[in-house]
Amino acid sequence: MQWFRMCDLFFWASTLSSTALVEIRDLNFTYDKRPVLQGINMTFPKGKMVAIMGLSGCGKTTLLRHIGGALKPSKGSVKIDGQVMHELDQAGLYAMRRKMGMLFQFGALFTDLSVYDNVAFQMREHTDLPEDIIHDLVMMKLHAVGLRGAQDMMPSELSGGMARRVALARTVALDPMLVMYDEPFAGLDAISLSVIGDLIRRLNDALGATSIIVTHDIQESLKIVDYVYFMAGGVIVAEGTPDELRACDTDFVRQFVHGEMDGPMPFHYPSGDYRQELNLRD
Amino acid sequence: MAAMKTVRAIGHRVVDAVWRMGSATRFFALVLLYSASSFRRFRLVIKELFSSGVMSLIIILVAGLFVGMVLGLQGYETLKRYGSESALGSLVALSLVRELGPVLAALLFASRAGSAMTAEIGLMKATEQISAMEMMAVNPIARIVAPRFWAGVISMPLLAAMFSAVGVFGGYLVGVVQIGVDEGSFWAQMQAAVDFREDILNGVLKSFVFGTVVTVIALFEGYDAQPTAEGVSGATTRTVVNSSLAILMLDFVLTAIMFRGN
Repeated sequence: MQWFRMCDLFFWASTLSSTALVEIRDLNFTYDKRPVLQGINMTFPKGKMVAIMGLSGCGKTTLLRHIGGALKPSKGSVKIDGQVMHELDQAGLYAMRRKMGMLFQFGALFTDLSVYDNVAFQMREHTDLPEDIIHDLVMMKLHAVGLRGAQDMMPSELSGGMARRVALARTVALDPMLVMYDEPFAGLDAISLSVIGDLIRRLNDALGATSIIVTHDIQESLKIVDYVYFMAGGVIVAEGTPDELRACDTDFVRQFVHGEMDGPMPFHYPSGDYRQELNLRD
Repeated sequence: MAAMKTVRAIGHRVVDAVWRMGSATRFFALVLLYSASSFRRFRLVIKELFSSGVMSLIIILVAGLFVGMVLGLQGYETLKRYGSESALGSLVALSLVRELGPVLAALLFASRAGSAMTAEIGLMKATEQISAMEMMAVNPIARIVAPRFWAGVISMPLLAAMFSAVGVFGGYLVGVVQIGVDEGSFWAQMQAAVDFREDILNGVLKSFVFGTVVTVIALFEGYDAQPTAEGVSGATTRTVVNSSLAILMLDFVLTAIMFRGN
């Protein structure tokens, strides 16, 4: 068992050093004098799917916004494909973002455009492709997510799962090298959740892209990702492959993986004495 | 102590207002900077011209007709006292072309199209559509804001002109058709009194300024809105209130500059 774990770690370490697409080094971010991220070091190898997990408010989405270049770090850096994100000017940032895709928590589809036009949006904005080629590409993307028949529908007519699949088709419209997913499983029923999880994995493998999934849905994520970082309070508290984390016996990972009430992560937000609040006498 | 608190609160509000003015000015500069793409892809402006201009047409025409009819009635009652009923045409036309057309059309435009622009952009922000656009390397100011701005600037003078035209027709209906003022003198007096440069062009210039101000306020409030239901609702209210006040204040300033001594 130990031997397998060592092999696994050795394999991951060799993958990281040779072909890292995204490297985060000593990333710190302070908002309104409150430290949100502290000393984050992460590596995302090319072609792999990596999950960033943690409870709500632990800094996952803030980290994703740093990777996308939407926020500048207080200290440290995010390097993508050899370029430091916060040193890029707007033209450089936009050039980098053309190679990225991001799936937002609730899809963020453009509500005034049809499903077809949503998927075609980036193709029309960034390429000079003729409309018949765009049509074929959109059909291929919609077919990949099983929604070719919904091309004329408006976002308001779609269910939550369908909207997420359309958003997924739009995210990979220009075959990005890096795809980021912000809570892709939030608010989905069991079947949609499984469909989306499977789609994300298949699309990642088909595109040869690198995927970063920010989520708190541990069971679904552990099925599809190659590596996991656990965050709490703005720092990394655990990391490893899914098998390692299932076998891990640290308090935090056990509480998170098994959804236990008792553990290092408190249920209550810091507050005063409860009995005093209710004016109860001893 | 209470006095200090009040002074501090007033100070905060003043500083906040100055900050917002600065942000709005910077926003306006960015809109102008990124406007070139709107002209390269003019179909985006045409789409917005439809939703802000054409869709405002009904309210503008109906309001213009009734304002003209009221002017016809009130004007006739006043002019009758001096035996000058024949000047009804010039009274109706000058009131509309110089003042009521640009001002009322702008107030209606702010309520109808301005509030819609703010709510739409605020909701796009709340539902992460603007962030999604940024992540797709598409500049939201160039793609969303600039076409709406130019649609507002182009449609406002046209709507004001239609307001005035329909208003004149309303005045004609009441003054000539209903009350019986002489039709020839109604139109002749109007033709003699209304000067193309002094009255009509100044009215168009006013509505152009109002259109610019209303659209910038509406777009800025939407873009700057807190991404929550309460934030969007507050921004929409601010658009209508601030636009209305700006229109009335600017109207005084422009009138003082354009018509002083005439």
